[in-house]
Parts: sequence; structure tokens; C-alpha cells
Amino acid sequence: MDITSKLIYALIGLLIVVNWGMLMSVTFRKIGARMAGRHGIPFRQPWVNLLKNISTRTIITHGYMYYLGPVFRLSGGIGIFLFMPMVFTGNADGLWTNFSFQGDLILILYFQVFGMLGMAMGSGEGGHPYSAMGVARGLAQHAAVELPLTIAILAIAVQFDTFSIYKIVEAQQGGFQNWVLFTNPFASAAIILAMLGALGHSPFNLVKAPNEILIGPATEYEGTYLGFMMSAGAIIHVMEAVLFMNLIFGGATSWIELIIKSFLIYFWSVFVGMVFPRFKIEQSVIWFFKWPLGFAIIGLLMASF
Amino acid sequence: MSELDLNDKMSEMLAKSEANVKNSKKDFTRPEDELREVVAPDGSIIKINPLYDYFSDEKPKEEKPRNGVVEKFLNWARSESIWVLGFGTGCGSIEIPPLVTPRFDMFRYGVEMRPTPRQSNAFIISGYLSVKTLKRVIRTYEQMPSPKYIIALGSCTINGGMYYDSYSTINRLDKYIPVDVYIAGCMPRPEALLHGFAKLKQLIKDGKAEKANEYARNFDEYKANQKKIIKDWNMPDYNW
Amino acid sequence: MKELIEKLNSKYDLQEIVYQRDNLAFTAIRKENAIDAITYLRDYEEFTHLVMMSCVDWIEDGKFQLLYLLNSPEKKCDIGIKVYIDRENPEMFSAHHLWKSVWTYQRELKEFYGIDFPGSPRVNDDFVVEGWEEIPFMRRDFDTHEYAEKTYFPRGNRKTNDPAEYMRKKLYPNQPVTAKQRKDDK
Repeated sequence: MDITSKLIYALIGLLIVVNWGMLMSVTFRKIGARMAGRHGIPFRQPWVNLLKNISTRTIITHGYMYYLGPVFRLSGGIGIFLFMPMVFTGNADGLWTNFSFQGDLILILYFQVFGMLGMAMGSGEGGHPYSAMGVARGLAQHAAVELPLTIAILAIAVQFDTFSIYKIVEAQQGGFQNWVLFTNPFASAAIILAMLGALGHSPFNLVKAPNEILIGPATEYEGTYLGFMMSAGAIIHVMEAVLFMNLIFGGATSWIELIIKSFLIYFWSVFVGMVFPRFKIEQSVIWFFKWPLGFAIIGLLMASF
Repeated sequence: MSELDLNDKMSEMLAKSEANVKNSKKDFTRPEDELREVVAPDGSIIKINPLYDYFSDEKPKEEKPRNGVVEKFLNWARSESIWVLGFGTGCGSIEIPPLVTPRFDMFRYGVEMRPTPRQSNAFIISGYLSVKTLKRVIRTYEQMPSPKYIIALGSCTINGGMYYDSYSTINRLDKYIPVDVYIAGCMPRPEALLHGFAKLKQLIKDGKAEKANEYARNFDEYKANQKKIIKDWNMPDYNW
Repeated sequence: MKELIEKLNSKYDLQEIVYQRDNLAFTAIRKENAIDAITYLRDYEEFTHLVMMSCVDWIEDGKFQLLYLLNSPEKKCDIGIKVYIDRENPEMFSAHHLWKSVWTYQRELKEFYGIDFPGSPRVNDDFVVEGWEEIPFMRRDFDTHEYAEKTYFPRGNRKTNDPAEYMRKKLYPNQPVTAKQRKDDK
């Protein structure tokens, strides 16, 4: 496939992913509202919010990094998307595999941190003390999430002897008994638990805890920047779900399957969030270093020997 | 040549090169890149590099709405997504929490609470406003991004209410900041607040909620009124 | 209670004594002796808790009356120490070393009544209003209504209705007025 048609398909895929992410976020709010006995926001709300944020008339600035923060976050999200094979079609150079290549797993792990660091620098330049607190908490928690996640992913890479997500998906085809979930349950358990932290819903949402430190890193952001960050958040949520789907749930062979699977993965974290109250940052760090890390190390040992 | 002479010559050369550097710097800096002198809130004069110019003492400008259908569409979006700043000034703020409960549920009308002024576009002045709070309200209002709306809740904001003869609470809010919607009552029920939101939405859709521009137009008048009662004015004239 | 007041009287020459209840008494002490008496009550008579400190403006007598209300958790009784100070030159010895909460009370009294407490920490800081330029606003010769009219742009068309009467006229205009209501209206 030539590069132009690949680019066009990637753009179409990005459009689907943005809208699907927004729809997921509104469904999340709806479920929260229904649990509280309310109607909740209308389904069009995220798109209206985005439109309103873009149409803000006055926008202030705090300097270069303040501009670049949302850009970094958005490019982090798009970066994950570009190197992620979305739909498995049996052809490594196929329609929806985007620009995935041999070592894309490492690149995607790097891109996960990229947006986070951009936000940290941008909101640091914003100068609000609450953003600094949010960033400090976010980075501490992210480090705690990354360690079990990386070891578990390493276990999967050792198991299939490759760093290519496409190959990992390919190896899991042919029935659910081939999924990593069943072939390496300990690494999968580590990923499923670490996923809660990566998606950042309730037990682990102290980063932007709206009641204590306002909205965390985004305190000083307004207007278009906020719109950028909202769409980046939508992309990242979907891409995290797709990453975990590709790694342990056998990937997807069509967009419908992708949507169903990513929905279920996302809502695993949402339902946990609805049930469990928020952890303090030291509690969540200890938790990540206890259960997911233990499972990940067992999974790595199982895969190596 | 003695050592002394050498030293002299060296220092002369150094001075020359320094002067050169200065001159060349002057040549290469554009006029808009030179250090700007600013009077800080405490009265001292500070110099600011324009590349790091976070200190703006500029007055607000009127922002023209876009023309025709585009502005109508954007106004629809604005009216359907009202983000209210969580800032309770008086007793009326107790009427706001019921709005997020199942009984009243303002989320279904696109109304949300937002914790920071940078992200909110509606401000509920809930009840009486003391001079001390007014100072914070002005600061917060001026930090909100431009199409911004004020809902004045309760009689106290209209004519002082039961605090009309108090030494520390203001009587008329619209003398200090422009108000879009008044909700009368002492206290109005949450239903009245929802009605106020509906009214505000209608105003925005009709393109009549341009009070932020009015504030910019009559800026001097509003500032004079504010400074008349806020005696210890220790902040910039406009808080960006 | 009585023995305590007698003891206090012999020590500090009390000016007036009022027994309110079995466990509550008020007494006036001269300005010079007041802090001594309070210290004595705190350290020797177990009145370890300062309930409050307030002020009354006796404008007719030209005096401010300070009230220190002390409570003894052990004896389960209260004693109120009144101190009359001159209204023209209001100044009182500071008690900030006895309880830390006195700092705030004295700061408050400085702003509300203009009573000075030399040596009290942060006594000159703003407490409720910022940058106040008139005479202290809780003094009785300060007219708040006049000040509000002068400063805060009154709307002018204020009308006050008695809620019961107004509702009767609005909602039930044809209902006959009862004798009791007629009496109330008068």
C-alpha cells in the first residue's frame, strides 16, 4: 500500500477514534449520573463543549511551554495512534494497521509518557500552585503504573519473542484460548490492574481531583488549549484501551469488534471507579507496587522459563 | 612595553569590545523587544522582558462577534454549555448544591460546575456581596475568558435586600460589574435558578448576552465605582 | 461562687457584683486590676477557658465596657469580668499572653470599636473590612444607614410590606378581616 492511501486511512481512523473517545467519555458521565439517580448530560455535550471552548474570544498566555503543553499531549495521543495497528486484517501492511513496524511497542510505551511530560512542563509554566501539585502527583502515580505495566509487557514480548504489536495480535488469532489472557494469566492480571491507573478513573484520579486541587494540571488552561486537551484525552483513552486489547484480548478483526472490546476494557475501569473511592497518592503508589508488580514479575518468570 | 602599559591597553580593548557588544545588541534588538517599564501593584517600577511578559496592564478590548450564521451557531454552542464557576459569595450559595442532586439535575441542561475561573463562562453572584468579597469577585470575573455571563441571585444583588443599610455590603451589583440575569427572591428556590439558566440561554441564543463587551466599553466608569468603595486597591486595574 | 467573689473582692476591690445564677456571676473591676485578676483566676482558681471577649458602647456615660467571660471546666461555673474604660481615649492592657484566642478578639475590637491594645500581636491588621477610613463602624455614633446611602448607590424605590398583611391582600382580598387581624394591623 502506498503512503498516501495509508495516510488517508490513518486520518479516517483518527476521526473515528476521536469521536468514539468522546462518546465513551459521555457514556461514562451518563453511567455516573444514573448511579446517582440523575439524567446526566446530553449525549452531544462533549462536542458542544469542544465547540464552545474553541469559540472563546479572549485567551491569555503564560509563555512558550504553556502553548506547547496541550500540543505535546495531543501529539502524544496521535503518536500512539499512528503506530498502533487498529484492526487485524491478516496483512501487516493492510488498511488499518497505520504505521506499525517491528519495534512499535517500545515507541508506544514512550509516547504514553510524552504527553504527560508535556503537560507537566506546560502547567508548570502556568504557575498555579495547584497545577504543580497535580503534576507532582500525576508523575508519581505514573511512575508507579509504568513499572508493573512495562514488566508485564516485557513478559508478553518474551513470550512471543517480538516487540511488534502486530505480531503479538497475529499470534493470538484463532480463538479466545490463544489470548494472552489465558496463555499468560499473571502478566494479564498485572496489565488489567495497572490499566486502572493508566486510564485514571476513580480510585486513581487524585491527579485532577476536582474537589481538593481544583482540576489539577489543567487549572490555568482555557479556551482552545482546553479544547485541545479534551480531544487529546479522548484519543488517549481509546488508544490505551486499544493497546490493552491488542496485548491481552486478542486484538480486533473489525471496527465493530474494536468498539465492543475497547468499550468493555474502558468500562472495567469506569465500573471500578464507580464503586471505589479515591486513593491518596501514597496509597495508590503502594498498591501498584504490591499487586500489579507482583503479578507482573510472576508473569515475566513464567514467560522466561 | 611595561606591564602597566599592557594592562592599560588590555582594559582599553576590553572596554571597546564591550561597547561593541552593546552597540551590536542595540542594533539587533527590534524596538518591540526592548525591556518594558511597568508600574507594579505596590507602586514600584519594574522592567520586564517582552519575551517573558506575563504582566499585562492592558485594558480589556471589545471583541466583535463574528458575522451572521457562524456567530449564531457558536452562540448556540455557548448557550448549551454553560460552565458555572464554583464561587459562593453569600447565603445564596446554599441554593446551588441542590442543582447537582437528582431532584433538580442541572447537567441535563448543559450546565456544569467548574472549579477554576479560566474554564468557566458563567458566574453566579449568590446573595449579598460584602466589599471585601467584591474585590475577589472583580479579580475572578476579569480572569474569566471573554463571552462571560453573570447571574445575580437574590434581592441583595438588586437593591441590597435586607442588608440595604449595612456598612459593608453593596446595594446594587450592576454598578460594579455588568449583570445578565437577575433572579429575585430571598432566597430564590433552585427552580428559580434553573429558570434563570433558561433565561440566560435564551439571551445568549439571541445574541444579547454581550455584557463582557459592555464592561470593556464602560471600563473607566466601572473602575471608578469599584475604586470608590474598595479603599485598599492593591491589584492591577485589570486582572488578566 | 460567693466565697470566690469575696476572695476576689478582698484582693482587687470589686466595683459591682451581680449574681446571675448559682454558677454565673458578673463583676466589674478597675482597669488597672483587671488583667491581674484574670491572671489570678486563670492560674489559681482554675478558670482556664476564655469563653469570649466583647465590648458594649455606653455612649451616654462616655464609656466602653469590656467583658471577659471566663469558664472553669473543673468548677463548672462562669464568671464575667467587666472593665469600664474611657470612650474618648480607649486603651486597655493587652491580655494576649494569657490565651492565644485573645489576639483575634483584640484585633476585632480594635477594628470594630477602635479600642487600642498596645503590645498585642497583629492588632493593627485588617480583620473584617479592608481599608476602612471612617470612624469604627460598631460605635453607636456611626450611622450605617447614612453611610450606606452615601456609598452604595441605593436604588431609591424600596418598599417594605408586612408579609402576613401583604399575602392576605394579594391572595384573599375578599375574605373579611378578623378582629385579631385588625388589632395586629394597628
